[in-house]
This record gives sequence, C-alpha cells and structure tokens, in this order.
Amino acid sequence: MEAAAIFLPLLGAIIAGFFGRQIGDRASQIVTCLGVGSAAVLSIPLFFDVAVNGNERVITIMNWINSGTFETAWALRFDTLSAVMVMTVTCVSSLIHVYSIGYMSHDDSKPRFMAYLSLFTFAMLMLVTADNLIQLFFGWEGVGVVSYLLIGFWFKKPTANAAAIKAFVVNRVGDFGFLLGIFGIYMLFDSVSFDTVFNAVPAHVDDTVTFFGIEGHALTLISLLLFVGAMGKSAQLFLHTWLPDAMEGPTPVSALIHAATMVTAGVFLVARMSPLFEYAPSALEVVTIVGASTAFFAATIGCVQTDIKRVIAYSTCSQLGYMFFACGVGAYPAAIFHLMTHAWFKALLFLGSGSVIHAMSDEQDMRKMGGIWKHVKVTYAMMWIGTLALVAVPPFAGYYSKDMILEAAYGAHTSVGQYAFIMGIAAALLTAFYSGRLLFMTFHGEPRADKETMDHVHESPLVMTLPLAGLAIGAIFAGYVGYDLFIGDGRIDFWRGALAVVGDDPIEAAHHVPTWVVWSPMIVTVLGLGLSFHLYMRRPDIPGRLASQFPGVYQFLLNKWYFDELYDFLFVRPAFWIGNFLWKRGDEGTIDRFGPDGISSSIISGARRLGAVQTGYLYHYAFAMIIGIALFVSWMMVGS
Amino acid sequence: MVVSLSHYLIVAGILFSLGIFGIFLNRKNLIVILMSIELMLLAVNINFVAFSAFLGDLVGQIFTMLVLTVAAAEAAIGLAIVVVFYRAHRSIAVEDINELKG
Amino acid sequence: MIAATLAFYLFAALAIVGGLNVIFQRNPVHSVLWLIFTFFNAAGLFVLLGAEFVAMILVIVYVGAVAVLFLFVVMMLDINITMVREGFFKYMPIGLLVGGILLAELITVFAGWVMSDSAEAMRAAPAPDPSVISNTEALGLILYTDYVYLFQASGIILLVAMIGSIVLTHRTRTGVRKQVISEQNARRPEDTLEIVKVESGKGLQ
Repeated sequence: MEAAAIFLPLLGAIIAGFFGRQIGDRASQIVTCLGVGSAAVLSIPLFFDVAVNGNERVITIMNWINSGTFETAWALRFDTLSAVMVMTVTCVSSLIHVYSIGYMSHDDSKPRFMAYLSLFTFAMLMLVTADNLIQLFFGWEGVGVVSYLLIGFWFKKPTANAAAIKAFVVNRVGDFGFLLGIFGIYMLFDSVSFDTVFNAVPAHVDDTVTFFGIEGHALTLISLLLFVGAMGKSAQLFLHTWLPDAMEGPTPVSALIHAATMVTAGVFLVARMSPLFEYAPSALEVVTIVGASTAFFAATIGCVQTDIKRVIAYSTCSQLGYMFFACGVGAYPAAIFHLMTHAWFKALLFLGSGSVIHAMSDEQDMRKMGGIWKHVKVTYAMMWIGTLALVAVPPFAGYYSKDMILEAAYGAHTSVGQYAFIMGIAAALLTAFYSGRLLFMTFHGEPRADKETMDHVHESPLVMTLPLAGLAIGAIFAGYVGYDLFIGDGRIDFWRGALAVVGDDPIEAAHHVPTWVVWSPMIVTVLGLGLSFHLYMRRPDIPGRLASQFPGVYQFLLNKWYFDELYDFLFVRPAFWIGNFLWKRGDEGTIDRFGPDGISSSIISGARRLGAVQTGYLYHYAFAMIIGIALFVSWMMVGS
Repeated sequence: MVVSLSHYLIVAGILFSLGIFGIFLNRKNLIVILMSIELMLLAVNINFVAFSAFLGDLVGQIFTMLVLTVAAAEAAIGLAIVVVFYRAHRSIAVEDINELKG
Repeated sequence: MIAATLAFYLFAALAIVGGLNVIFQRNPVHSVLWLIFTFFNAAGLFVLLGAEFVAMILVIVYVGAVAVLFLFVVMMLDINITMVREGFFKYMPIGLLVGGILLAELITVFAGWVMSDSAEAMRAAPAPDPSVISNTEALGLILYTDYVYLFQASGIILLVAMIGSIVLTHRTRTGVRKQVISEQNARRPEDTLEIVKVESGKGLQ
C-alpha cells in the first residue's frame, strides 16, 4: 500500500508521457488523475496509521549503492513528517490534476502536461519519503528537472525558456551547497542514512573541521551548507530571483510547484534534518535572519506588482520566509503546520487567479481588470476564502499556523527571535495590504478591460471550480482540525521525535506569550485590509499619487530591489565573458590551433611550399642532382 | 717521378669537375650540357682503366666498354630529344626548357 | 722511364685543356671539336696504361660515332652564337662553389690512395701476362664467357636506343609519294592494258 501510494503517480506519468499520442488526450488525463487520485486516497489511511496511531516504518525496496562504507538503498521512510507531507502533496496534486483538465483544454500537448504533473508528484513523494540523503537528493533533483520542464512548457516562448533556465541555474547554486553538506555529513558520520546519522549526532557535537586553515564547528558548517540548498529550492532572500519569472509556466504549474510542493522542499529539508540543526545554534540563527528578511522583503515587492500571478508568487516567497524563521527558532512543528495550511490556501489562490485569467481571456495584468465580481461569483468567493486564510483571519487555516509562528518567534526570547517577530508583523501588515489590493483591483471598481474582453467574462466550468471548492475546504478547516495534533497538546505524541526538540520546547514557550503578542497579528491584518480598501476602493487616485511622489521608493520596489540587475552585473556578465574567452582563445585559439586546424593548415602550407620545388626548369633539376652528388660525396668522406 | 695510380685518379677527378662546371656555367646551349656529361663519363672511364691497370684486374676494362656503350646510347637519345625539342620550340636555350612539371 | 712520365703529363695536360675549351668556347662546333681532341688524349692515356683495346674502341666509337653525331646535330640546328655568353656569370659563384668542393674532395681522396694488401686476392679477372696473351685476346676470353649476360644486355640497350631515337624524331611528311611494292605487284594486265584492233588508216576511235 505504501509503495502504491508513491509509485502510482509514476505509472500515470509513464503511460501518459510515452503513450499519450496513442491513447489520446482524454485517456491521458484520466490515467494521470486516477494515478494521483488513488495515491491521495491511499495516503489518508496511511496518515492515520503512521501519524495518529504511531506505526512508523521503513520499507526497503531495493539496494542501490554499496561501495565500501557508503551504502544507500531505495527505501520509503514513513514517519509522521513524511506521512503529513505525502498526504498534503497527493491531495493538493490530485485536485490540481483535475483542474488542469479544464484549464489546459485549449492546449495542444495535454498528455505531456499531465505526464509532467504526475512525474513531478512522484519526484516530490520520493523526496519526502527518502530514508537517506542520496534518495532525498534524487527527489530534489527530480523536482528541479520537472520544474524546468513545466516552467518551459510553452517552449516556443523565449521568455518561458529563459525563465526555465534561470530557475534551474539558481537551483543549481543551491544544490552545490546541498551536495557539499551531504559530503560533510558522510565525512563526519561515515553514513548518509537518516537513522544512523541522527543517532550519532550527539556524539559529534563538538567536532571541528579545518578548511583551508580555518577551523570551524563541523555541525554548523554542515547545517549552513544544507540551508544553502534549501535557500535555492525555496527561493529565500539571495536565491529568490527565479520564483517570479517561474510564473511563465501555466497556472496549475505555479499552484503545484511554486506554492504547495517544490518550494516547500527546502522547509521540509530543514525540518527533516532538525536533529542536526538543533546542535548548530549559529546555523539556526542564520536561518532565522534569512527567513525573516525574506518574509519582509518579498512582501514589500508584492505591494507594487501588477501581474496577478506575480503578487501571489511574492506572497509565497514571503510565507516561506515565515516557515524558515519558525524553523530557526526551533518551532519545527509550527513550520510544518504552516506548510500544510499554506499548501491549501496558496494553491487555492493560484488556481483562483487561473480562473480569473481564464475568464479575462488570458489577461494577467491587474491594471486591465476590475469590476468582474458579479460575473464570476464562485471564483470571487473562492478568492476571498483563500485571502482570508492567507492574512490569518480566524477561523480560517492561516490564522492558526501563522499566529503560532509569530508567537514562537517572540517566545524564543532571543535577539534573532525578536528581529523575526518584528519582520513577521511588518510582513503580516503588508500581506494583508497586498492581498486586499489584489482582490479589490481584480474584482471591484470600474472595469478597465476593453468591451470585448468584458463580454467574454464567464465563470469557469465545473471541472475547474470543483477542485477550487476542494481546496477551499482545506483552506477553511485544515487549521482548526490540525491545531491540536500539530502544535497543540497532542503534538508530542504526534510527532514522536520526527522533529527534534533539544532544550526548551519553543512551542511550549509560544503558548505562554503575553496577550498583546497574541493580538498584534490580528490588529495589523485589519489595518492592512482597511488600508487597501481605502486606497483601492474609496480613493483609487491615491496609489498613483503616492507612486509619483516617491518615485525612488516606487522604482526600487517595482524593480525587485534591483537584485536581478545586481546578479547580472556580478555573475552573469563575468560568466559570459569567461565562457566567451575560453571559447575563442582557449578552445579555438589554442586547442584547435595546435590540434586539427593547426595541423591541417600547416600541412597545406608545407605541401604548397614543397610543391614550389618543382619549377619545371631543366637546369634546376640538373643543379639539384649535382648538388646532391657533392653532398653525398662529402657525407661519405666525413662519415668515414 | 714514377707515375702512380693517384696521378691518373687526379686527372680523372679534374675532368669530372670540369664536366660539372660545364653543366653549371653554360646557359644557352643544351648540347654543351650533353657534352659535359660525356666528359664526366670519360673521367669515369679513366678511373676504371687506371684501377684495372694498377690492380691487374681486367674487370675494369670490361666495365669501361659497358660504360662506353651506355654513353653512346644516352648521347643518341639525348640528341634525339634535343632535335624534337628544337622542332617544337625553335630554341635550345636552357632557360626555355621549363615544362617538366606537374 | 722518363718517356712514359713525360707522355703521361703531356696527354693529361692536353686532356684538361681540351675539357676547358669544351666549356668555354662560344661556337658550339668548336666545342665539339675540342671534345674530340679530349677523347684522343684520353685514348693516349689508356694506351699508356696498357689498355690498348679500350683506347682504340674509344677512338672508333666515341670519336667516330658519338662526336660525329654531336657535330651533325649542332650543324643541323640553327643556333644563334652571339647569345651564348648571356647569363654566364650569374651562376658562376654557385657553380664554382659546388664544383670546387667536389674537386677538393676528389683530390683529397685520390691523392692518398693506398691499395690494401688483400686487394690482389680479390681480383675478379686477373690480367694475364701481356707478352703471352694480348690485351684484346684477354678481354675477349672473359667478355664472352663470364660477362656474356652483360654483353647481351648492352646490346639490347643499344637496340632500344636506336629504336628510341627513330621513334622520337620520326615525323610523317605530307605530300611525299612513296612506292607501295605490294600494290605494284598486285597489278593485273587487264587493269592497265587494253588490246584494241585498229584498222589501217582509221586510228583509234
């Protein structure tokens, strides 16, 4: 049953991918939806069995690498953490599969799309059920590859290709750190299997490692390297540049990969390696700072974006920052809880925006929308549900998870925790602001689209609205239902060591923070929503005036804090220059010149010069003979 | 002074060098080249006969006759070529013979 | 013997003088004549060495045939004498160099020639006493027996040279009427003669 839950999506991907043309579009869609759907159905009893009832297990499928002390196997690890992830991934993925049937109904390559979605699901499942770092890395790379394939799905668009490459390359930078971390772990622990490593961590707490003459704490170094990988995959502050461009892919891709699953792999990694991180406090501080800064940074940019999908993308980036700083202060359960609830409502928001785009005839610019709420009532309601969950209004899901994170940050009583708390509150204010802005600009006010588009505005078909409803149920109830298990009193029995706790339990501390801390997220949310209502409903002239009065700030935010330009200057241009240099001077100038080209041209010139000896003049030939005789005689004389 | 082998050999050597000079120095007459070749062959003949006399070996003289034969044949063919060349080009200046190439 | 030494020096000097003149004469006919002179002096040298047969052969074949052939060709070709001197000095340096080097080497080698002790034992055809068998007879004794293949081969060379020369210089002239004997012999009286009975006083009608 466990293996079925993981491998059924792969089967669907193979059938649709290789035989899609033979079996046809409709059959491919059905096969892939069935594959992932069955996996989702199987994941629910699995969750109850493993997580609630405590029957953890590891199922070995096959031996993989066996080289000296380096042993790896294909094994499925089912503990609470992976059971939670499997359930989240399969359920959200199956709803998105169904939605894609409707959204991609006008596309030419439906089987390819469905196959990619299922393949991605499989890779993500391998990632979360990995029992050792190598299998996790396999899943890690797998989701990266399929993300590339899906972002560049409409490969005839040059911007899509560029975005896909950018995503892959930036991910690669993170992967480099990740691999170094894996090497470090193998060097320190002589194994990459989770159980072995986790059991051996307390023994290696004080180990140091010397690198180029600098001595450093081994566990901190390894944790930092692993976190670099997480930064790349989850689009944290310095490796975030790929996420907004990834919106070039179709909307279901954004929903699945860049909201619910792939970007959360980084958070999953940190949580999974929590037994390691707990013994590296410096690394945790770095995680907190990066996460908190990302949360704030992304929220500021989201306030001025005009593309509806990019607003939601930056929102994802910001929420991931929340999850990371929750991990940083040690509140891993809160991070995973928020990960789960976020998967539901962010996917809902993305799919809802997809529904809006579909209604507006593929228009994505919010400045050209407006005044359509009466025509797309279901979508409108769904977007409201998702937004309320995002901005953490009770009793929606986000309220439980997000507020817990903020309380944990405060309750840690460390300086980085305080920094995270302040950034988190500021980000919450901005989140409420831009979420309201999105709603009001898209659905309310005077219609800014042309008449033809407005005439075409229609509600999405049932195949698209039903998944929205499914996600909405999750967005509403997941928080309330899961609170006790994940972060309430039942959490100790629930997690059972899957997430490490060393020292004081941060969650416990979070339950005992002062009342103003509990209320502050609520207050800033109301403030934010009210501000956006005022600015975009009652006085829509103010935003324009503000932008023109503070052009510097506005441009800074609009250009994403000029990160792309900075990276282009620092990395892209030197890389191109080096590549060009090595190509022209190195490859062509040196290797080719002394190799094939050089040899052939020197042979040609040599032969031409040699051919000049044949002048045609008889006396030249006679001279040559006589001179030869003279030389020969001289040689005989000298030689003897 | 007794005339020894070396005297004859030196005479032959000088005649040989004269033949070589002739090939280098003359520019305008192909027939002089052929005559220089005959001079060289004569020098070789002198060498053969000298050795034959001083060694008491008759093979040298046999070879001299063979060289003579070959020289005659070569002179005949060479002159035939000169005649044909003259018919075609109306000149036997050595510089005008420049078509022996691929 | 003083006479032999004197004769040697005379013949040698004259041969060298002749060689020089072959090269340096302007008139090609003069060059051929000086070549003949050189041949005669070389024949004299051969006689001094006791190879009288070869000396006579030199005179008969070289002078009588080859040099005469040269003379024929020189006189047949219409050669412009005045142009002979051009370009003479252009190649003098290198010619002098190469020739000079070769001459120096040859003299170096020949001046100190020492016959080794085992040379006498390695003779292929020991010369018999000339007072018993003449040079000509001695040559004949080995030429047609031990060296008969070479003899025949040289004959073939001469044959090939003859055929080659004819082939090279042969040309068909137009407008030359030749006899075709077979046609003449195949002519029948009926084709050429016709007997006609002519009445007296009438004539041929």
